[in-house]
Amino acid sequence: MEDREVILDIQDLRTRFATNEGLVHAVNGISYQLHAGETLGIVGESGCGKSVSMLSVMRLLQVPPAKILADAIKFKGEDLMLIPRSEMRRVRGNEIAMIFQDPMTSLNPVLTVGFQIKEPLKLHMGLSDEDATERAAELLTLVEIPDAELRLNDYPHQFSGGMRQRAMVAIALACNPTLLIADEPTTALDVTIQAQLVDLVKQLQHELGMALIWITHDLGVVAGLAERVIVMYAGFVVEDALVDDLYGNPRHPYTAALLRSLPRMDGRSGEVLEVIEGLPPDLLDEPVGCPFAPRCSFVKDKCREQNPLLEEFAPQHNVACWIDINTGEFK
Amino acid sequence: MFRYIIRRILQFIPVLLAVTFFTFVMMRAIPGGPFDFAGDRSLPPQVVANLNARYHLDWPMWKQFLSYVVGDEMLGEEGSSRGLIRGDLGLSLRYRGQSVNDIIATTLPVSAQLGFMALLLALFIGIPMGTIAALKQNTWIDYTSTFAAVAFLSIPNLVLAPILIWIFALKLGWFPVATWGAKPPYLWGFLPSLEQMNIDYFKHAVLPVFALGTSSAAGIARLTRASLLQVVNEDYIRTARSKGLRERTVIIVHALKNSLIPVVTIIGPAFAALVTGTFVVELIFGLNGMGKHFVNSIGNRDYSIITGVTLLYAIVLVIANLLVDISYAWLDPRIRFD
Repeated sequence: MEDREVILDIQDLRTRFATNEGLVHAVNGISYQLHAGETLGIVGESGCGKSVSMLSVMRLLQVPPAKILADAIKFKGEDLMLIPRSEMRRVRGNEIAMIFQDPMTSLNPVLTVGFQIKEPLKLHMGLSDEDATERAAELLTLVEIPDAELRLNDYPHQFSGGMRQRAMVAIALACNPTLLIADEPTTALDVTIQAQLVDLVKQLQHELGMALIWITHDLGVVAGLAERVIVMYAGFVVEDALVDDLYGNPRHPYTAALLRSLPRMDGRSGEVLEVIEGLPPDLLDEPVGCPFAPRCSFVKDKCREQNPLLEEFAPQHNVACWIDINTGEFK
Repeated sequence: MFRYIIRRILQFIPVLLAVTFFTFVMMRAIPGGPFDFAGDRSLPPQVVANLNARYHLDWPMWKQFLSYVVGDEMLGEEGSSRGLIRGDLGLSLRYRGQSVNDIIATTLPVSAQLGFMALLLALFIGIPMGTIAALKQNTWIDYTSTFAAVAFLSIPNLVLAPILIWIFALKLGWFPVATWGAKPPYLWGFLPSLEQMNIDYFKHAVLPVFALGTSSAAGIARLTRASLLQVVNEDYIRTARSKGLRERTVIIVHALKNSLIPVVTIIGPAFAALVTGTFVVELIFGLNGMGKHFVNSIGNRDYSIITGVTLLYAIVLVIANLLVDISYAWLDPRIRFD
């Protein structure tokens, strides 16, 4: 069914952090593939490793304290784990671009917006200052900032939060990346601005044909945006499915519980939302068994001893669970 | 910006008046007077009374202060004071026949030249050393430079100066032991004249400049390191890295400017302190600078010199702080003074 080229192939990525309290198991062996032009949503609660896994791919974590292990992280056939740092810099901002969570702090306050957009243009495309200025104005217009040429001379504090995030998108798109990673870009924005930004990125993705990884804890945003969704929990991928399958037919108890905890348009008013009891596991502990077992309503003895691998349940629908949640029995 | 500067300069006037007033009153309030002794002999009371009358020290305090600030003419009295408002800092009570203006004009240039070079040394050593230490955090480079910084901060120049003289002047003979390489008349009143600004001038300057500047360099290095380490954890540094910029570009273009604000903050007071002279270094190197007057004039109860040099220090300090505030606006565009 997928005939598009695989552009990103992550094989068994593990990321650890050495801290004073001990080793933090942030990402515990995740594998997935991303196709050209595909939109992938990665959802999970805070600390589940969704951002760290992407920063690992970009090699943007400080090593040490971070330690990144993987069988391979292949981007367009090239293993990002093996290339030298200078080669990695050529990929960053050029082939893979990233936008971050907090637009208030992600732009440098002492440099003009124009300077910051022009930087990757000069670096990766070798544009002259004049050409870069022209292109930067085009980019600001593309992200729907009016009077782009004038606004290039502004500093980030003269932009509103939504405009700053648009400026971040302009920087990320500067060199026509093959892959755009959006790390919770709407979390710090208010709801109407969120919707505008999602629409903008969707439209730009359609126009420019890039692949998109959208990290969020907002299941609502993902539903309207992604083709495929990966659910992460405690550094593991627990479910990987096409968006309609995931929402219509969740197979992992965690995904199912997450979806039940969402407010619904057709729900009765005054209905109390379901919560998932307990807390995510302490990442300082060596993971044993299924990470969700302590909070799972279907839990059996086997779950506490052996961690289920991510296995195909149906075509393009992978789940890491011993149990069939429809019957509550072993598969 | 222009209006801001004008407003700030107008605000200097009450500050400087207050400094003058408190120095003036407090010095006269401490026991003893300028004419208690001549050498080791005490003077006869009649002579002291005559001298006090000559310098108007027998007037009531408010009248003395008015005489100092606006001059005797305006008070309708006979006297030598032309008043602070005309730039007259009065006559020295100890150095007969010398005005405070004369004393400052001969001694300040030496202190200012020495202090300015020491400050340049502090900046050109301190900022790069702090930057390198931060970039190589927790490596031997960081540990070495941090150790050196703590050592140079801890060694008083009372100790450092003789050590420098002993090694570099006496043992190695590279530099002269003491004295300053420039003499009056000065270019524009404070710079060494062009024919004096030769290799010999700088040879004389090396040891005192190092003795004076290293502790400031160490302080600036530590501050730069701490500030830079904080800045490199900011989100916008991650953004800069995600663009594929070289680490050097990330630091110099994106981090350094942000990290210099605390450094600039301490340069203002450091500038005032270094440029107006330092007692110990000038004494050890036998320089005829202004530093000694800060200390000696108090023991001598030389009221005019005390008030004069304190006022001058205050002027340099407020101007330096104004320059610091202006450079904030240059470093951080979020700071605007309109």
